[in-house]
Amino acid sequence: MGNPWIAFLLVPLVKIIVILLVVILMAAYLSYFERKILAYMQIRIGPNRVGPRGWLQPIADALKLFVKEDIVPSRAEKLVYMIAPALITAPALVVFSVIPFGADTTFFGLLKQPMPPYLTDINIGILFVLGVSSVGVYGVILGGWSSNNKFSLMGGMRSAAQLVSYEVPMGFSVVAVLLMAGSLSMVKIVEAQKQAGVWFVFPGIVAFFIYIVCGVAETNRNPFDLPEAESELVAGFHTEYSGMKWAFYFLAEYANMVLISSVATVLFLGGWLRPFPNAAALAFLDVIPPFIWFAAKVGFFLFCYIWFRGTFPRYRFDQLMALGWKVLLPVSLANLLVVGLGVLLMGGPK
Amino acid sequence: MSTLQATRPFPDSEEMEISFGPQHPATHGVLRVMVKLDGERIIDAKPIIGYLHRGTEKIFERETYNGTIPHTDRMDYTAAATNNQALVGAVEKMMGVTVPPRAAYIRMVLAELQRIASHIIWLGTHALDIGAQTPFFYTFQEREIILDLYEEYCGARLTLNCMRVGGQPFNLPEGWTDRCRAFVDQLPARIAEWERLLTNNRIWKLRTIGVGVISAANAVEWGLTGPPLRGSGVKWDIRKVFPYDRYDEVDFEIPIGANGDTYDRYLVRMEEMRQSVRIVQQCLAKLPDGPVMAKVPKVIKPPKGEIYFSVEGPKGELGFYVVSDGSTNPYRLRVRPACFINLQVLPELVRGHLVADMIAVIGTLDIVLGEIDR
Repeated sequence: MGNPWIAFLLVPLVKIIVILLVVILMAAYLSYFERKILAYMQIRIGPNRVGPRGWLQPIADALKLFVKEDIVPSRAEKLVYMIAPALITAPALVVFSVIPFGADTTFFGLLKQPMPPYLTDINIGILFVLGVSSVGVYGVILGGWSSNNKFSLMGGMRSAAQLVSYEVPMGFSVVAVLLMAGSLSMVKIVEAQKQAGVWFVFPGIVAFFIYIVCGVAETNRNPFDLPEAESELVAGFHTEYSGMKWAFYFLAEYANMVLISSVATVLFLGGWLRPFPNAAALAFLDVIPPFIWFAAKVGFFLFCYIWFRGTFPRYRFDQLMALGWKVLLPVSLANLLVVGLGVLLMGGPK
Repeated sequence: MSTLQATRPFPDSEEMEISFGPQHPATHGVLRVMVKLDGERIIDAKPIIGYLHRGTEKIFERETYNGTIPHTDRMDYTAAATNNQALVGAVEKMMGVTVPPRAAYIRMVLAELQRIASHIIWLGTHALDIGAQTPFFYTFQEREIILDLYEEYCGARLTLNCMRVGGQPFNLPEGWTDRCRAFVDQLPARIAEWERLLTNNRIWKLRTIGVGVISAANAVEWGLTGPPLRGSGVKWDIRKVFPYDRYDEVDFEIPIGANGDTYDRYLVRMEEMRQSVRIVQQCLAKLPDGPVMAKVPKVIKPPKGEIYFSVEGPKGELGFYVVSDGSTNPYRLRVRPACFINLQVLPELVRGHLVADMIAVIGTLDIVLGEIDR
């Protein structure tokens, strides 16, 4: 590590490439698992033709999308139509730069010194996540508007209203965690949970549920999948998109699911920590490497996403708004007050 | 409508006209609805039909009476057996033929199985429209067994052509009654399973209660029949008021709703499936021996005259109005389609509601375009 270029350029570059690849592959394979799990919930088999047990299905899908004709509607607003898919995909991927996937590690003795397995830890991490992921909504609105299709426009408008109104209670639920952790840095939040000896999901159970509900709404997933409600709006904001542009929307949706799950893991389930990180009785759990813990927790959330889809009908637009503004917002505010009082009485953040 | 326009939140906003269909995922075939929207709120909706018009009623006129039966299969293609039943019933009534008891009982079994199969399609697609995917797959598993039973009886699964003027073309195959009984005996448990997914689901209730409300008086005025009428609390079922075949010999209830909304129509149809199970069980228990075909001439020539005969189809009253000039072909054969008349009420039900409600209302009316366009 003598050459500073290695530390400044090469290491982050390798990390960026690895993280991007992992996220994109995860998004692709999430679609496989979604189809498979959903199929088993619905007494079907799911994809099983491409490769053993259908393992190569996502690859085949990606190849198909690559070679598909890319149609731009003749009356679309061309420039905006082209930019919109990038506008939603880029933020969804960028945000993964601050997600701490695990504690410092030597990768099973591969490196001489331990290295953090995440790209960076900035002191405003969670703010960065919320801020950058909010940019994604432009991709949806502009995509819906520029397609020059009434169904797309309605999908875009629904999405805008939905994302904006659910971001507020989500923000408040995150603030509750910040009060307990006393830091905005993602790594510090995890470390605060280690010091507290307990995941924040227990003191912050209300915030946790609000975050999950808002997270599902933010990613336009069932039962909040109104912007792309098939039976109402055909395919909502991406009705007119095809080929790789559509694939970008698809990638962004699944990357966002992984993102929301990862943030939930960091904020509420102790990131890479094992359950009750200070309880000596559970020390045998330490044989499982931290990033496996992290992946398992993220996987649990992703499974819940698919579970919801297999179970719930869809909300109506006005009911969705009522739930966001009349239920989640007051509850998250009240919860903030309670958590704040609690932190104050316990003697400040841990 | 004028009062509605007066209360529009943004009076200077533009109306948007949007064409739902004929190729839209939720219009169940080729229905097209021209909708005028103010934001998401529906100002007016106009169903446009005719994309599946095949001139069935004209084709009837150049077929022999038994030759018309396959064409009725293709009207309401989710309920071929009840279509057959209505047509052969009309011609038999005209000729004064009494069907042998065994044939009548077989008809009732086939018709009630068809009612269950039709309601299964309705339930699956209705839930799918409202965003619940899973019931679709659960319900179709049971429908598959019904189709297998049909296939075993008459060789066809969808377009059955399973009745003839004067009786039934075939006797029941060996062991059929046992398999049928085994199926209907386990069906109530399956129905309870489907209901667990939906009936008490908060979102399902939010989406269906108070949506598409029609009062009993209004429903009668619009000529609604079937579950849309009974959902409003009118106890009207052709099987009870003008019993045909041997429906007066079996015991069953007519479920009715109270509020006339989408949820009540849902409950009515769920209960109807249970009642159909009861009818099939009784029919199988009572199934008499004997011939399945009455003595009818080889060439069917009803006497000169006209007649109207209707049955309670899964979607509502399905009637045939036959005019005979004494020849081998009907002079005129007019259908009273249940779906066509039920669909007319759509604009009335959705005005002032949101787009999502329109999808729910189309689902709850349970229309089949094959019967509407003919």
